[in-house]
Amino acid sequence: MKLAVASGKGGTGKTTVSVSLAITMAQRKRVAFLDCDVEEPNGHLMLNPVLQHKEMVAVLVPEIDEQKCDSCGYCAEICAFHALAVLPGNTLVFPEMCHACGGCWNFCPKQAITPVDNYIGVVEEGRAEKVRFVHGRLNVGVAMSPPLIRAVKAKAKNDELTIIDVPPGTSCPAVKSVEGVDFCILVTEPTPFGLHDLDLAVQVLHQLKIPCGVVINRSDGLDLTVEEYCGRCKIPVLQKIPLDREVAEGYAAGIPAVLVKKEWGELFSELMDKVEEVVSS
Amino acid sequence: MKELVVISGKGGTGKTSLVASFSVLAGEKIMADCDVDASNLHLLFNSSVIRQIPFYGLKKARISEELCVKCGDCEDYCHFGAIDNSFVDGLSCEGCGVCKLACRAGAIEMVEHIAGQIEFSDTEYGPMVHARLGVAEDNSGKLVAEVRKMARQIAEDKNYELIITDGPPGIGCQVISCLSNADLVLVVTEPSRTGIHDMERVLSLVEHFDGRAAVCINKWDISASNTGEIEDICYSKNIPVVGKIPYDMTVYNALKNGIPYIRKKDSPASTATLGIWDSLLKML
Repeated sequence: MKLAVASGKGGTGKTTVSVSLAITMAQRKRVAFLDCDVEEPNGHLMLNPVLQHKEMVAVLVPEIDEQKCDSCGYCAEICAFHALAVLPGNTLVFPEMCHACGGCWNFCPKQAITPVDNYIGVVEEGRAEKVRFVHGRLNVGVAMSPPLIRAVKAKAKNDELTIIDVPPGTSCPAVKSVEGVDFCILVTEPTPFGLHDLDLAVQVLHQLKIPCGVVINRSDGLDLTVEEYCGRCKIPVLQKIPLDREVAEGYAAGIPAVLVKKEWGELFSELMDKVEEVVSS
Repeated sequence: MKELVVISGKGGTGKTSLVASFSVLAGEKIMADCDVDASNLHLLFNSSVIRQIPFYGLKKARISEELCVKCGDCEDYCHFGAIDNSFVDGLSCEGCGVCKLACRAGAIEMVEHIAGQIEFSDTEYGPMVHARLGVAEDNSGKLVAEVRKMARQIAEDKNYELIITDGPPGIGCQVISCLSNADLVLVVTEPSRTGIHDMERVLSLVEHFDGRAAVCINKWDISASNTGEIEDICYSKNIPVVGKIPYDMTVYNALKNGIPYIRKKDSPASTATLGIWDSLLKML
Protein backbone atom coordinates (compact mmCIF):
# COMPACT_ATOMS: atom_id res chain seq x y z
CA MET A 1 0.00 0.00 0.00
CA LYS A 2 1.12 3.56 -0.74
CA LEU A 3 0.22 5.99 2.01
CA ALA A 4 0.83 9.75 1.90
CA VAL A 5 1.08 12.02 4.93
CA ALA A 6 0.17 15.60 4.00
CA SER A 7 -1.23 18.74 5.62
CA GLY A 8 -1.68 21.91 3.55
CA LYS A 9 -0.25 24.02 6.37
CA GLY A 10 3.41 23.55 7.25
CA GLY A 11 4.58 22.61 10.71
CA THR A 12 1.48 20.70 11.80
CA GLY A 13 3.41 17.49 12.43
CA LYS A 14 3.60 15.60 9.11
CA THR A 15 7.12 14.40 9.77
CA THR A 16 6.28 13.48 13.37
CA VAL A 17 3.39 11.31 12.16
CA SER A 18 5.10 9.78 9.13
CA VAL A 19 8.32 8.94 11.01
CA SER A 20 6.56 7.47 14.06
CA LEU A 21 4.23 5.50 11.81
CA ALA A 22 7.17 4.10 9.83
CA ILE A 23 9.06 3.04 12.97
CA THR A 24 5.94 1.43 14.48
CA MET A 25 4.90 -0.44 11.33
CA ALA A 26 8.44 -1.66 10.59
CA GLN A 27 8.04 -4.00 13.59
CA ARG A 28 5.29 -5.78 11.68
CA LYS A 29 6.07 -5.53 7.96
CA ARG A 30 8.41 -4.21 5.29
CA VAL A 31 8.25 -0.42 5.34
CA ALA A 32 9.75 2.23 3.05
CA PHE A 33 9.87 5.89 4.04
CA LEU A 34 9.96 8.29 1.07
CA ASP A 35 10.61 11.93 1.93
CA CYS A 36 9.12 13.95 -0.95
CA ASP A 37 9.64 17.31 0.76
CA VAL A 38 12.71 17.81 -1.40
CA GLU A 39 12.90 21.56 -0.69
CA GLU A 40 13.25 21.02 3.04
CA PRO A 41 13.72 17.28 3.70
CA ASN A 42 13.54 16.54 7.43
CA GLY A 43 12.87 12.79 7.73
CA HIS A 44 16.59 11.94 7.88
CA LEU A 45 17.03 14.20 10.91
CA MET A 46 14.57 12.05 12.88
CA LEU A 47 15.35 8.60 11.41
CA ASN A 48 19.15 8.98 11.11
CA PRO A 49 19.46 6.56 8.19
CA VAL A 50 22.75 5.15 6.98
CA LEU A 51 22.78 6.40 3.38
CA GLN A 52 24.26 3.84 1.00
CA HIS A 53 23.37 5.06 -2.43
CA LYS A 54 23.26 8.45 -4.08
CA GLU A 55 22.10 9.38 -7.53
CA MET A 56 22.13 12.73 -9.28
CA VAL A 57 18.86 13.78 -10.88
CA ALA A 58 18.84 15.90 -14.00
CA VAL A 59 16.24 17.52 -16.20
CA LEU A 60 16.81 18.33 -19.84
CA VAL A 61 17.55 21.89 -20.90
CA PRO A 62 18.40 23.29 -24.32
CA GLU A 63 21.96 23.84 -25.50
CA ILE A 64 22.48 26.10 -28.51
CA ASP A 65 24.94 25.25 -31.26
CA GLU A 66 26.27 28.72 -32.07
CA GLN A 67 27.51 27.50 -35.47
CA LYS A 68 24.05 26.48 -36.62
CA CYS A 69 21.96 29.16 -34.87
CA ASP A 70 21.03 32.07 -37.11
CA SER A 71 19.25 34.03 -34.32
CA CYS A 72 15.90 33.71 -36.04
CA GLY A 73 14.15 33.96 -32.64
CA TYR A 74 11.67 31.14 -33.22
CA CYS A 75 12.69 29.23 -30.05
CA ALA A 76 12.09 32.26 -27.83
CA GLU A 77 8.79 32.89 -29.58
CA ILE A 78 7.43 29.38 -28.93
CA CYS A 79 8.81 28.98 -25.39
CA ALA A 80 5.83 29.36 -23.04
CA PHE A 81 8.15 29.61 -20.04
CA HIS A 82 10.39 32.48 -21.22
CA ALA A 83 13.44 30.26 -20.85
CA LEU A 84 15.09 31.53 -24.03
CA ALA A 85 16.00 35.01 -25.22
CA VAL A 86 17.48 35.76 -28.62
CA LEU A 87 19.77 38.72 -29.08
CA PRO A 88 21.52 39.50 -32.36
CA GLY A 89 24.19 36.82 -32.66
CA ASN A 90 23.52 35.35 -29.25
CA THR A 91 20.79 33.04 -27.88
CA LEU A 92 20.53 32.91 -24.09
CA VAL A 93 19.15 29.97 -22.09
CA PHE A 94 17.69 30.41 -18.58
CA PRO A 95 17.72 26.82 -17.26
CA GLU A 96 15.79 27.69 -14.07
CA MET A 97 12.78 28.74 -16.16
CA CYS A 98 12.81 25.68 -18.46
CA HIS A 99 10.12 23.01 -18.07
CA ALA A 100 11.88 20.60 -20.47
CA CYS A 101 8.90 20.53 -22.83
CA GLY A 102 11.15 19.91 -25.84
CA GLY A 103 9.55 22.60 -27.99
CA CYS A 104 12.80 24.36 -28.87
CA TRP A 105 14.92 21.30 -29.61
CA ASN A 106 12.18 19.58 -31.60
CA PHE A 107 11.13 22.57 -33.66
CA CYS A 108 14.26 24.72 -34.20
CA PRO A 109 14.23 25.39 -37.98
CA LYS A 110 18.06 25.08 -38.11
CA GLN A 111 18.25 22.08 -35.74
CA ALA A 112 20.67 24.13 -33.69
CA ILE A 113 19.33 23.01 -30.30
CA THR A 114 20.05 19.79 -28.43
CA PRO A 115 18.86 18.75 -24.98
CA VAL A 116 21.52 18.38 -22.27
CA ASP A 117 21.36 17.38 -18.60
CA ASN A 118 20.89 20.05 -15.96
CA TYR A 119 21.34 18.65 -12.44
CA ILE A 120 18.67 19.76 -9.99
CA GLY A 121 19.35 17.59 -6.96
CA VAL A 122 20.06 14.12 -5.59
CA VAL A 123 18.10 11.08 -4.50
CA GLU A 124 19.69 9.29 -1.55
CA GLU A 125 18.79 5.83 -0.29
CA GLY A 126 19.67 3.88 2.79
CA ARG A 127 18.31 2.15 5.87
CA ALA A 128 17.22 3.39 9.26
CA GLU A 129 17.20 0.09 11.16
CA LYS A 130 14.18 -1.74 9.78
CA VAL A 131 12.93 1.13 7.64
CA ARG A 132 14.09 1.48 4.03
CA PHE A 133 14.78 5.18 3.58
CA VAL A 134 14.69 7.37 0.45
CA HIS A 135 14.77 11.14 0.15
CA GLY A 136 15.47 13.87 -2.39
CA ARG A 137 17.48 17.03 -1.84
CA LEU A 138 16.80 19.87 -4.25
CA ASN A 139 19.84 22.00 -5.08
CA VAL A 140 19.58 25.46 -3.55
CA GLY A 141 18.42 27.96 -6.17
CA VAL A 142 16.47 25.42 -8.26
CA ALA A 143 12.84 26.51 -8.65
CA MET A 144 11.15 23.35 -9.87
CA SER A 145 10.93 20.34 -7.60
CA PRO A 146 8.42 18.01 -9.37
CA PRO A 147 11.02 16.11 -11.47
CA LEU A 148 12.99 15.30 -8.31
CA ILE A 149 9.80 14.29 -6.49
CA ARG A 150 9.05 11.89 -9.36
CA ALA A 151 12.56 10.41 -9.00
CA VAL A 152 12.01 9.81 -5.26
CA LYS A 153 8.64 8.18 -5.92
CA ALA A 154 10.15 5.94 -8.58
CA LYS A 155 12.00 4.19 -5.71
CA ALA A 156 8.76 2.80 -4.26
CA LYS A 157 8.33 -1.00 -4.38
CA ASN A 158 5.06 -2.85 -4.54
CA ASP A 159 5.71 -5.36 -1.77
CA GLU A 160 6.19 -2.75 0.94
CA LEU A 161 4.13 -0.33 2.96
CA THR A 162 5.30 2.95 1.40
CA ILE A 163 4.94 6.02 3.61
CA ILE A 164 5.35 9.31 1.73
CA ASP A 165 6.14 12.54 3.58
CA VAL A 166 4.48 15.25 1.44
CA PRO A 167 5.66 18.88 1.25
CA PRO A 168 3.29 21.58 2.58
CA GLY A 169 0.98 23.54 0.32
CA THR A 170 -1.55 22.61 -2.34
CA SER A 171 0.29 23.32 -5.59
CA CYS A 172 2.44 21.14 -7.82
CA PRO A 173 4.97 19.77 -5.29
CA ALA A 174 2.17 18.53 -3.01
CA VAL A 175 0.06 17.27 -5.94
CA LYS A 176 2.97 15.34 -7.52
CA SER A 177 3.75 13.77 -4.13
CA VAL A 178 0.23 12.46 -3.45
CA GLU A 179 -0.64 11.39 -7.00
CA GLY A 180 -1.19 7.66 -7.24
CA VAL A 181 -1.33 6.85 -3.51
CA ASP A 182 -4.02 4.58 -2.06
CA PHE A 183 -4.76 6.80 0.91
CA CYS A 184 -3.71 10.14 2.37
CA ILE A 185 -3.45 10.99 6.07
CA LEU A 186 -3.99 14.72 6.64
CA VAL A 187 -2.29 16.07 9.73
CA THR A 188 -3.87 19.17 11.22
CA GLU A 189 -3.72 21.20 14.41
CA PRO A 190 -6.70 22.67 16.26
CA THR A 191 -6.11 26.30 15.23
CA PRO A 192 -7.86 28.52 12.66
CA PHE A 193 -4.79 28.16 10.38
CA GLY A 194 -4.85 24.38 10.70
CA LEU A 195 -8.53 24.14 9.82
CA HIS A 196 -8.34 26.63 6.93
CA ASP A 197 -5.47 24.76 5.28
CA LEU A 198 -6.96 21.34 6.04
CA ASP A 199 -9.97 22.36 3.96
CA LEU A 200 -7.69 23.31 1.05
CA ALA A 201 -5.87 19.98 1.26
CA VAL A 202 -9.19 18.10 1.33
CA GLN A 203 -10.28 19.91 -1.85
CA VAL A 204 -7.06 18.86 -3.61
CA LEU A 205 -7.55 15.22 -2.60
CA HIS A 206 -11.18 15.25 -3.69
CA GLN A 207 -10.13 16.57 -7.06
CA LEU A 208 -7.52 13.82 -7.35
CA LYS A 209 -10.06 11.26 -6.08
CA ILE A 210 -7.77 10.09 -3.28
CA PRO A 211 -9.47 8.90 -0.07
CA CYS A 212 -8.30 10.64 3.10
CA GLY A 213 -8.62 10.79 6.87
CA VAL A 214 -7.51 13.28 9.50
CA VAL A 215 -5.06 13.13 12.38
CA ILE A 216 -5.43 15.97 14.90
CA ASN A 217 -1.98 16.74 16.24
CA ARG A 218 -1.27 18.73 19.42
CA SER A 219 -4.83 18.02 20.45
CA ASP A 220 -5.72 20.11 23.49
CA GLY A 221 -9.17 18.63 23.96
CA LEU A 222 -10.71 21.70 22.29
CA ASP A 223 -10.84 20.27 18.77
CA LEU A 224 -14.57 20.61 18.22
CA THR A 225 -14.33 22.83 15.14
CA VAL A 226 -12.04 20.33 13.41
CA GLU A 227 -14.32 17.43 14.34
CA GLU A 228 -17.39 19.33 13.14
CA TYR A 229 -15.64 20.05 9.87
CA CYS A 230 -14.71 16.39 9.39
CA GLY A 231 -18.27 15.33 10.23
CA ARG A 232 -19.68 17.76 7.69
CA CYS A 233 -17.31 16.57 4.97
CA LYS A 234 -17.68 12.88 5.95
CA ILE A 235 -13.95 12.48 6.55
CA PRO A 236 -12.92 10.12 9.34
CA VAL A 237 -10.89 11.46 12.29
CA LEU A 238 -8.35 8.64 12.49
CA GLN A 239 -6.39 9.63 15.57
CA LYS A 240 -5.72 12.42 18.04
CA ILE A 241 -2.21 13.04 19.25
CA PRO A 242 -2.02 14.95 22.53
CA LEU A 243 -0.08 18.18 23.07
CA ASP A 244 2.95 17.03 25.05
CA ARG A 245 5.95 19.08 26.19
CA GLU A 246 8.24 16.01 26.40
CA VAL A 247 7.43 15.06 22.80
CA ALA A 248 8.03 18.66 21.66
CA GLU A 249 11.44 18.69 23.36
CA GLY A 250 12.24 15.31 21.81
CA TYR A 251 11.32 16.69 18.41
CA ALA A 252 13.63 19.66 18.96
CA ALA A 253 16.47 17.23 19.65
CA GLY A 254 15.60 15.07 16.62
CA ILE A 255 14.02 12.15 18.53
CA PRO A 256 10.82 10.67 17.03
CA ALA A 257 7.71 10.88 19.22
CA VAL A 258 7.36 7.12 19.36
CA LEU A 259 10.88 6.77 20.79
CA VAL A 260 10.32 9.52 23.36
CA LYS A 261 7.16 7.78 24.56
CA LYS A 262 7.23 4.04 23.90
CA GLU A 263 3.54 3.77 24.83
CA TRP A 264 2.65 5.93 21.82
CA GLY A 265 3.42 2.91 19.61
CA GLU A 266 -0.15 1.85 20.32
CA LEU A 267 -1.44 5.20 19.08
CA PHE A 268 0.26 4.73 15.71
CA SER A 269 -0.70 1.03 15.40
CA GLU A 270 -4.31 2.07 15.92
CA LEU A 271 -3.91 4.79 13.31
CA MET A 272 -2.67 2.22 10.76
CA ASP A 273 -5.49 -0.18 11.64
CA LYS A 274 -8.02 2.56 10.97
CA VAL A 275 -6.37 3.47 7.66
CA GLU A 276 -6.52 -0.18 6.57
CA GLU A 277 -10.13 -0.39 7.63
CA VAL A 278 -11.07 2.69 5.55
CA VAL A 279 -9.05 1.53 2.52
CA SER A 280 -10.58 -1.96 2.52
CA SER A 281 -14.18 -0.73 2.94
CA MET B 1 9.79 52.43 -0.30
CA LYS B 2 11.04 49.34 1.54
CA GLU B 3 9.87 45.75 1.48
CA LEU B 4 10.35 43.33 4.37
CA VAL B 5 9.89 39.70 3.33
CA VAL B 6 9.32 37.11 6.07
CA ILE B 7 10.16 33.47 5.26
CA SER B 8 11.24 30.41 7.23
CA GLY B 9 12.16 27.37 5.13
CA LYS B 10 10.32 25.08 7.51
CA GLY B 11 6.58 25.60 7.79
CA GLY B 12 4.83 26.38 11.06
CA THR B 13 7.62 28.33 12.74
CA GLY B 14 5.36 31.33 13.32
CA LYS B 15 5.82 33.52 10.22
CA THR B 16 2.21 34.57 9.94
CA SER B 17 1.69 35.29 13.65
CA LEU B 18 4.80 37.45 13.56
CA VAL B 19 3.77 39.28 10.36
CA ALA B 20 0.34 40.00 11.87
CA SER B 21 2.01 41.49 14.94
CA PHE B 22 4.35 43.61 12.78
CA SER B 23 1.26 44.84 10.95
CA VAL B 24 -0.16 46.13 14.24
CA LEU B 25 3.11 47.90 15.09
CA ALA B 26 3.94 49.43 11.71
CA GLY B 27 2.66 52.83 10.63
CA GLU B 28 1.44 53.29 7.07
CA LYS B 29 2.10 50.09 5.13
CA ILE B 30 0.56 47.44 2.96
CA MET B 31 0.57 43.72 3.66
CA ALA B 32 1.20 41.12 0.96
CA ASP B 33 0.37 37.50 1.75
CA CYS B 34 2.53 35.52 -0.65
CA ASP B 35 1.75 32.08 0.73
CA VAL B 36 -0.58 31.68 -2.23
CA ASP B 37 -1.19 27.94 -1.62
CA ALA B 38 -2.44 28.38 1.90
CA SER B 39 -2.79 32.04 2.81
CA ASN B 40 -3.57 32.55 6.48
CA LEU B 41 -2.82 36.18 7.31
CA HIS B 42 -6.43 37.28 6.76
CA LEU B 43 -7.52 34.91 9.53
CA LEU B 44 -5.84 37.17 12.11
CA PHE B 45 -7.46 40.37 10.83
CA ASN B 46 -10.96 41.75 10.46
CA SER B 47 -10.68 41.89 6.74
CA SER B 48 -13.09 42.26 3.90
CA VAL B 49 -12.34 41.62 0.27
CA ILE B 50 -13.04 44.79 -1.72
CA ARG B 51 -11.86 43.66 -5.15
CA GLN B 52 -10.92 40.46 -6.93
CA ILE B 53 -9.15 39.93 -10.22
CA PRO B 54 -8.57 36.63 -12.00
CA PHE B 55 -5.07 35.22 -12.23
CA TYR B 56 -4.37 33.66 -15.61
CA GLY B 57 -1.98 30.73 -15.47
CA LEU B 58 -0.43 29.20 -18.54
CA LYS B 59 -2.88 28.25 -21.25
CA LYS B 60 -4.10 24.66 -21.52
CA ALA B 61 -4.29 22.57 -24.66
CA ARG B 62 -7.68 21.73 -26.14
CA ILE B 63 -8.10 19.19 -28.93
CA SER B 64 -10.95 19.61 -31.37
CA GLU B 65 -12.67 16.26 -31.84
CA GLU B 66 -13.84 17.28 -35.30
CA LEU B 67 -10.41 18.18 -36.64
CA CYS B 68 -8.36 15.51 -34.83
CA VAL B 69 -7.19 12.69 -37.12
CA LYS B 70 -5.93 10.54 -34.21
CA CYS B 71 -2.37 10.38 -35.56
CA GLY B 72 -0.97 10.36 -32.03
CA ASP B 73 1.79 12.90 -32.76
CA CYS B 74 0.68 15.17 -29.91
CA GLU B 75 0.89 12.30 -27.48
CA ASP B 76 4.42 11.40 -28.67
CA TYR B 77 5.67 14.98 -28.33
CA CYS B 78 4.08 15.74 -24.93
CA HIS B 79 6.79 15.47 -22.26
CA PHE B 80 4.30 15.62 -19.43
CA GLY B 81 2.18 12.61 -20.28
CA ALA B 82 -0.82 14.92 -20.41
CA ILE B 83 -2.41 13.53 -23.58
CA ASP B 84 -3.99 10.11 -23.71
CA ASN B 85 -5.91 9.00 -26.77
CA SER B 86 -6.52 12.59 -27.92
CA PHE B 87 -7.76 13.61 -24.50
CA VAL B 88 -5.94 16.33 -22.52
CA ASP B 89 -5.55 15.86 -18.76
CA GLY B 90 -5.77 19.45 -17.51
CA LEU B 91 -3.90 18.67 -14.28
CA SER B 92 -0.84 17.35 -16.14
CA CYS B 93 -0.84 19.89 -18.99
CA GLU B 94 1.84 22.52 -18.29
CA GLY B 95 0.79 24.74 -21.18
CA CYS B 96 3.96 24.49 -23.27
CA GLY B 97 2.05 24.34 -26.57
CA VAL B 98 4.34 21.69 -28.10
CA CYS B 99 1.31 19.55 -29.02
CA LYS B 100 -0.10 22.45 -31.00
CA LEU B 101 3.20 22.78 -32.89
CA ALA B 102 3.26 19.04 -33.54
CA CYS B 103 -0.34 18.74 -34.72
CA ARG B 104 -0.50 18.62 -38.52
CA ALA B 105 -4.30 18.69 -38.56
CA GLY B 106 -4.47 22.05 -36.81
CA ALA B 107 -6.77 20.46 -34.24
CA ILE B 108 -5.19 21.89 -31.11
CA GLU B 109 -5.62 25.32 -29.64
CA MET B 110 -4.26 26.75 -26.44
CA VAL B 111 -7.03 28.25 -24.32
CA GLU B 112 -6.90 30.81 -21.51
CA HIS B 113 -7.02 29.29 -18.09
CA ILE B 114 -7.89 31.01 -14.81
CA ALA B 115 -5.59 29.48 -12.20
CA GLY B 116 -6.57 31.58 -9.21
CA GLN B 117 -7.76 34.90 -7.85
CA ILE B 118 -5.86 37.93 -6.61
CA GLU B 119 -7.76 39.63 -3.80
CA PHE B 120 -7.55 43.15 -2.38
CA SER B 121 -8.77 43.55 1.18
CA ASP B 122 -9.19 46.27 3.77
CA THR B 123 -8.15 45.39 7.28
CA GLU B 124 -8.08 47.32 10.55
CA TYR B 125 -4.31 47.66 10.04
CA GLY B 126 -4.30 48.76 6.42
CA PRO B 127 -4.72 47.36 2.93
CA MET B 128 -3.70 43.81 2.10
CA VAL B 129 -3.14 41.93 -1.15
CA HIS B 130 -3.50 38.17 -1.07
CA ALA B 131 -4.39 35.37 -3.44
CA ARG B 132 -6.08 32.05 -3.78
CA LEU B 133 -4.40 29.64 -6.10
CA GLY B 134 -6.94 27.28 -7.61
CA VAL B 135 -7.00 23.77 -6.20
CA ALA B 136 -4.13 21.65 -7.54
CA GLU B 137 -2.94 24.47 -9.84
CA ASP B 138 0.66 25.15 -10.72
CA ASN B 139 2.54 28.30 -11.66
CA SER B 140 2.40 29.61 -8.13
CA GLY B 141 5.71 31.46 -8.51
CA LYS B 142 4.11 33.72 -11.08
CA LEU B 143 1.15 34.36 -8.78
CA VAL B 144 3.54 35.35 -5.98
CA ALA B 145 5.19 37.82 -8.36
CA GLU B 146 1.77 39.26 -9.27
CA VAL B 147 0.76 39.70 -5.60
CA ARG B 148 4.01 41.53 -4.89
CA LYS B 149 3.61 43.71 -7.98
CA MET B 150 0.04 44.70 -7.00
CA ALA B 151 1.11 45.47 -3.42
CA ARG B 152 3.93 47.68 -4.69
CA GLN B 153 1.55 49.52 -7.00
CA ILE B 154 -0.88 50.28 -4.18
CA ALA B 155 1.95 51.37 -1.90
CA GLU B 156 3.14 53.76 -4.62
CA ASP B 157 -0.36 55.14 -5.19
CA LYS B 158 -0.89 55.75 -1.49
CA ASN B 159 2.65 56.96 -0.89
CA TYR B 160 3.30 54.28 1.71
CA GLU B 161 6.87 53.63 2.72
CA LEU B 162 6.61 49.97 3.70
CA ILE B 163 5.46 46.61 2.36
CA ILE B 164 5.35 43.64 4.75
CA THR B 165 5.34 40.34 2.86
CA ASP B 166 4.36 37.03 4.44
CA GLY B 167 6.19 34.38 2.45
CA PRO B 168 5.61 30.69 1.77
CA PRO B 169 7.55 27.76 3.28
CA GLY B 170 10.24 25.87 1.36
CA ILE B 171 13.03 27.03 -0.96
CA GLY B 172 11.34 26.46 -4.35
CA CYS B 173 9.73 28.66 -6.97
CA GLN B 174 7.36 30.55 -4.67
CA VAL B 175 10.13 31.51 -2.26
CA ILE B 176 12.53 32.43 -5.05
CA SER B 177 9.78 34.61 -6.48
CA CYS B 178 9.54 36.43 -3.09
CA LEU B 179 13.22 37.35 -2.94
CA SER B 180 13.81 39.56 -5.97
CA ASN B 181 14.28 43.19 -4.94
CA ALA B 182 13.36 42.56 -1.29
CA ASP B 183 15.10 45.10 0.93
CA LEU B 184 15.35 42.77 3.91
CA VAL B 185 14.52 39.08 4.35
CA LEU B 186 13.62 37.99 7.87
CA VAL B 187 14.03 34.24 8.42
CA VAL B 188 11.92 32.93 11.31
CA THR B 189 13.31 29.74 12.76
CA GLU B 190 12.83 27.52 15.80
CA PRO B 191 15.46 25.71 17.87
CA SER B 192 14.82 22.17 16.60
CA ARG B 193 17.09 19.98 14.44
CA THR B 194 14.66 20.40 11.56
CA GLY B 195 14.33 24.15 12.14
CA ILE B 196 18.13 24.58 12.04
CA HIS B 197 18.50 22.40 8.92
CA ASP B 198 15.77 24.27 7.05
CA MET B 199 17.06 27.68 8.16
CA GLU B 200 20.51 26.88 6.78
CA ARG B 201 19.04 25.92 3.41
CA VAL B 202 16.87 29.01 3.19
CA LEU B 203 19.78 31.28 4.24
CA SER B 204 21.86 29.72 1.43
CA LEU B 205 19.01 30.53 -0.93
CA VAL B 206 18.93 34.19 0.17
CA GLU B 207 22.71 34.33 -0.25
CA HIS B 208 22.45 32.67 -3.70
CA PHE B 209 20.21 35.53 -4.83
CA ASP B 210 22.33 38.20 -3.10
CA GLY B 211 19.62 39.08 -0.59
CA ARG B 212 20.09 40.68 2.82
CA ALA B 213 18.97 38.43 5.66
CA ALA B 214 18.22 38.67 9.37
CA VAL B 215 17.13 35.85 11.67
CA CYS B 216 14.71 35.64 14.55
CA ILE B 217 14.36 32.59 16.78
CA ASN B 218 10.85 31.66 17.86
CA LYS B 219 10.18 29.56 21.00
CA TRP B 220 13.91 29.88 21.73
CA ASP B 221 13.68 28.43 25.25
CA ILE B 222 12.37 25.06 23.98
CA SER B 223 16.06 24.24 23.50
CA ALA B 224 18.69 26.68 24.74
CA SER B 225 21.47 24.54 23.22
CA ASN B 226 19.93 24.53 19.73
CA THR B 227 19.33 28.27 20.08
CA GLY B 228 23.05 28.67 20.83
CA GLU B 229 23.87 26.67 17.72
CA ILE B 230 21.61 28.91 15.58
CA GLU B 231 23.34 32.01 16.98
CA ASP B 232 26.76 30.50 16.17
CA ILE B 233 25.71 29.69 12.60
CA CYS B 234 24.38 33.21 12.08
CA TYR B 235 27.50 34.75 13.61
CA SER B 236 29.74 32.76 11.26
CA LYS B 237 27.66 33.85 8.27
CA ASN B 238 27.61 37.44 9.49
CA ILE B 239 23.81 37.47 9.68
CA PRO B 240 22.26 39.43 12.56
CA VAL B 241 19.95 37.62 15.00
CA VAL B 242 17.40 40.37 15.61
CA GLY B 243 15.63 38.71 18.48
CA LYS B 244 14.48 35.65 20.38
CA ILE B 245 10.84 35.04 21.24
CA PRO B 246 10.17 32.81 24.25
CA TYR B 247 7.65 29.97 24.24
CA ASP B 248 4.50 31.73 25.38
CA MET B 249 0.97 30.29 25.47
CA THR B 250 -0.29 33.84 24.79
CA VAL B 251 0.75 33.36 21.17
CA TYR B 252 -1.18 30.10 20.83
CA ASN B 253 -4.27 31.50 22.56
CA ALA B 254 -4.25 34.62 20.38
CA LEU B 255 -4.05 32.41 17.30
CA LYS B 256 -6.97 30.34 18.53
CA ASN B 257 -8.93 33.59 18.97
CA GLY B 258 -7.88 34.89 15.56
CA ILE B 259 -6.00 38.01 16.71
CA PRO B 260 -2.36 39.15 16.44
CA TYR B 261 -0.65 38.17 19.74
CA ILE B 262 0.99 41.61 20.08
CA ARG B 263 -2.39 42.92 21.13
CA LYS B 264 -1.96 41.00 24.38
CA LYS B 265 0.39 43.66 25.75
CA ASP B 266 3.20 42.88 28.19
CA SER B 267 3.29 39.16 27.45
CA PRO B 268 6.85 37.81 27.13
CA ALA B 269 6.36 37.19 23.39
CA SER B 270 4.99 40.71 22.81
CA THR B 271 7.89 42.34 24.63
CA ALA B 272 10.40 40.36 22.56
CA THR B 273 8.53 41.23 19.35
CA LEU B 274 8.70 44.98 20.10
CA GLY B 275 12.48 44.66 20.29
CA ILE B 276 12.62 42.74 17.00
CA TRP B 277 10.48 45.34 15.25
CA ASP B 278 12.79 48.15 16.43
CA SER B 279 15.83 46.30 15.11
CA LEU B 280 14.16 45.63 11.76
CA LEU B 281 13.16 49.28 11.34
CA LYS B 282 16.75 50.34 12.00
CA MET B 283 18.00 47.84 9.41
CA LEU B 284 15.44 49.06 6.86
